Amino acid sequence: MRYSERELLSLSRQPAEKAAEILMRAPKKGSVLKKRLVKLVVNFLFYFRTDEAEPIGALLLEHCKINKEEENVFSISFIEEPDRKYSFECDTEEQCQEWIEALRRASYEFMRRSLIFYRNEIQKMTGKDPLEQYGISEEARFQLGTRKL
Amino acid sequence: MKLNERSVAHYATCDSPADHAGFLHKRVERHHHHHHHHHTTSYHRRWFILKGNLLFYFEDRESRDPLGLVVLEGCTVELCEAAEEFAFAIRFDDAGAKAYVLVADCQTAMEGWVKVLSRASFDYMRLVVRELEKQLEDVRKSLAACHKSPRKSSSGRKRHFSNPAMALVQEQPPILENGYSTWGSGYIPAGASCSDHDGGCSKPPPLPPRRRLAAGSGCGAPATGLSLTGQESPVSPETACFSKLHNWYGQEIAEIRREWLESQRSGEL
Repeated sequence: MRYSERELLSLSRQPAEKAAEILMRAPKKGSVLKKRLVKLVVNFLFYFRTDEAEPIGALLLEHCKINKEEENVFSISFIEEPDRKYSFECDTEEQCQEWIEALRRASYEFMRRSLIFYRNEIQKMTGKDPLEQYGISEEARFQLGTRKL
Repeated sequence: MKLNERSVAHYATCDSPADHAGFLHKRVERHHHHHHHHHTTSYHRRWFILKGNLLFYFEDRESRDPLGLVVLEGCTVELCEAAEEFAFAIRFDDAGAKAYVLVADCQTAMEGWVKVLSRASFDYMRLVVRELEKQLEDVRKSLAACHKSPRKSSSGRKRHFSNPAMALVQEQPPILENGYSTWGSGYIPAGASCSDHDGGCSKPPPLPPRRRLAAGSGCGAPATGLSLTGQESPVSPETACFSKLHNWYGQEIAEIRREWLESQRSGEL
């Protein structure tokens, strides 16, 4: 599948939602923990060698599951391969929880559901559709009940 | 740069609904080995699918795997001065990133794509969500200000805290995955802690008014006979945390589904 490294590189330079040096382990068997600079930008998690300006890689955070593992550790796995986990070991349990929360809210799909929720609530309470002012009320992607979860 | 390609391709092709889809002609990049005097631009007809801030393209509609992907962040979508009618371009703020020139089949198609692509970025979505969040807050405040009589003590938080079984149902929702909710697992682990880890919410939300608690709900908590169907207000004031509310509705749906399955089974006997 073709993708533009330039697009990803450029995105990796945007202000991050969250960034920290965390020990990371790839899903491959026998992988070791390596210290990485991990940076959350929109729905991508970039990871860098700590002394480099360009990321080694990126994880698209859609259809993924963020799990708490043992102490200070969380993992990211993807729906179609639930046993293949990227592991992250934080310095503290608190840091671990913060990352879990941030990553669970990081997907575009999560935001979309938030939008639909708020739209519905406002509509119920005011009788008005708040999306009309944006001119996007008819777009399929914001409709209630038409989306499979 | 590595990318979790398999997962990305899965996201592209799985049955979660697309935000937009259709055929477009994609301009081919000029290769340097062409004869320089001939200035022929060529196009490939591709099947495009927009999901969130990602634009995927396939060789054709039936292809199993995407040919490629465009990350729609930091870009603008504009009409194009190409020789072709109905052409538009995706250009990036980063001048070094290659632009995409796409051609639609007709005016309506072109306008549809330009409109939806212009609003596809995560940032745009986030902006709208924040705006709506604020609006909801404002609406709730103004409604609260309008209410003269205090809420009945039997509703909302008091009951919530006085019944630990109820608290259990509300505090420990099924795990919410990014774009993949586990509705099937209505299971609520026994002895689950009531502490709130998600959303940074300091207060647990009270029971939303329309939620029905049938006996035999997945968590095994006894039906408390809490009758809420009479309540008119659509939403409780403390429901500021979307995750929690989202899980509420999810539980209600899981309930309804369970009941439906039950009725199907008994119908077959």
